[in-house]
Amino acid sequence: MAWSKHDYDRIPGTYVFNGRRSALGYPLNRMCMSFNHAENRESFKQDEEAYCQRYGLTPEQRDAVRARDVLKLVQLGGNIYYLAKFAGIFGLNVQDVGAQQRGMSVDDFKAMLEKAGEPTHG
Amino acid sequence: MARIVGGVTTSHIPAIGGAIAKGLQGTPYWKPFFDGYAPVRSWLDKVKPDVAVVIYNDHGLAFFLDQIPTFAVGAASEYPNEDSGWGLKPLPPVHGDLELSWHLIESLVADEFDITICQEMKVDHGFMVPMMTMWPEATAWPVRAIPIAVNTVQHPLPTAARCYKLGKAIGRAIEAYPEDLKVVVFGTGGMSHQLQGERAGFINKPFDQMFMRKLVEDPEALTRLSNTELVEQAGSEGIELIMWLAMRGAMTRGVSVVHSHYHIPVSNTAAGVLVLDNAA
Repeated sequence: MAWSKHDYDRIPGTYVFNGRRSALGYPLNRMCMSFNHAENRESFKQDEEAYCQRYGLTPEQRDAVRARDVLKLVQLGGNIYYLAKFAGIFGLNVQDVGAQQRGMSVDDFKAMLEKAGEPTHG
Repeated sequence: MARIVGGVTTSHIPAIGGAIAKGLQGTPYWKPFFDGYAPVRSWLDKVKPDVAVVIYNDHGLAFFLDQIPTFAVGAASEYPNEDSGWGLKPLPPVHGDLELSWHLIESLVADEFDITICQEMKVDHGFMVPMMTMWPEATAWPVRAIPIAVNTVQHPLPTAARCYKLGKAIGRAIEAYPEDLKVVVFGTGGMSHQLQGERAGFINKPFDQMFMRKLVEDPEALTRLSNTELVEQAGSEGIELIMWLAMRGAMTRGVSVVHSHYHIPVSNTAAGVLVLDNAA
């Protein structure tokens, strides 16, 4: 058995959410889906470890949850739309999460986005 | 007979909904974005569509990864909005049009599109943000709507070419509907952006500008882009642009541009809006 290779694997810094990643991240994404309900967000906040356990996250995924390490969670099969629900619990928006994954400050990240709109860039 | 009165493309970034909820439309950050919508609203006020067919993607409200339809068509009399995890106040539900929904479904399946039929369908920001930007002052939604969800989350995604063909089938179905209805088609999502990985924050202005131009003049050229090329050029989430092609497919071959606007950035995204009219 072998996972198919894809031409998109060559794109740097990009984790195309395919079957392989989705299968790996399924418990994690399922947990994030539960955060659509306020009472589940509360119960996660009260006992994160127990909550992760209940959804069957792997030890690696649990470590990354504990560290709020979104890039690691993406690498472990988290889908960014589902991870956005997780990040929201800590008041982090997609810019915070983007900056974190890119390894820069939120201000620098925002400045980079602004720069993308400048005339010199097109 | 029903008639397509126009096509609109728009980004559907959740932060837009947040800005509207907080009344930030006039602030320096948001004004250049919202200014791009005033002409769209005047156009809608003039055209007064009865129904909006909204092509969008769900981000984990209607569907989870347990079951992901490639194309799903709403067949409900009402589409509710709910909390997607951030505790935002849900917007009022949007009324559907059962007869037109089932006509679309029958026509699409006869046209060999094996869609998923949804008699219950929650709609998230992908659907609601376009509604809010089009009709921000409405106390009740002034149109009935039919959501058509495209999978842009779980790869493999439908190709740009497939989405364009879906749009053509949607267009044929609408134009064959016997009731006198004015229908507007929305293609939502995009433009270039990437939310995940070390490349998060990727925006590609030259690509977006090319995409907007070609969408009008030569959409077939865009259907030759592979999904890998789209991820590479528009970003892993910017691939939502395949839904703009679905809208374009529903229009006539030649179109005129009623309005066009492009702004960087909104949150992590390049935001684009286009209003197209069918050739006379």
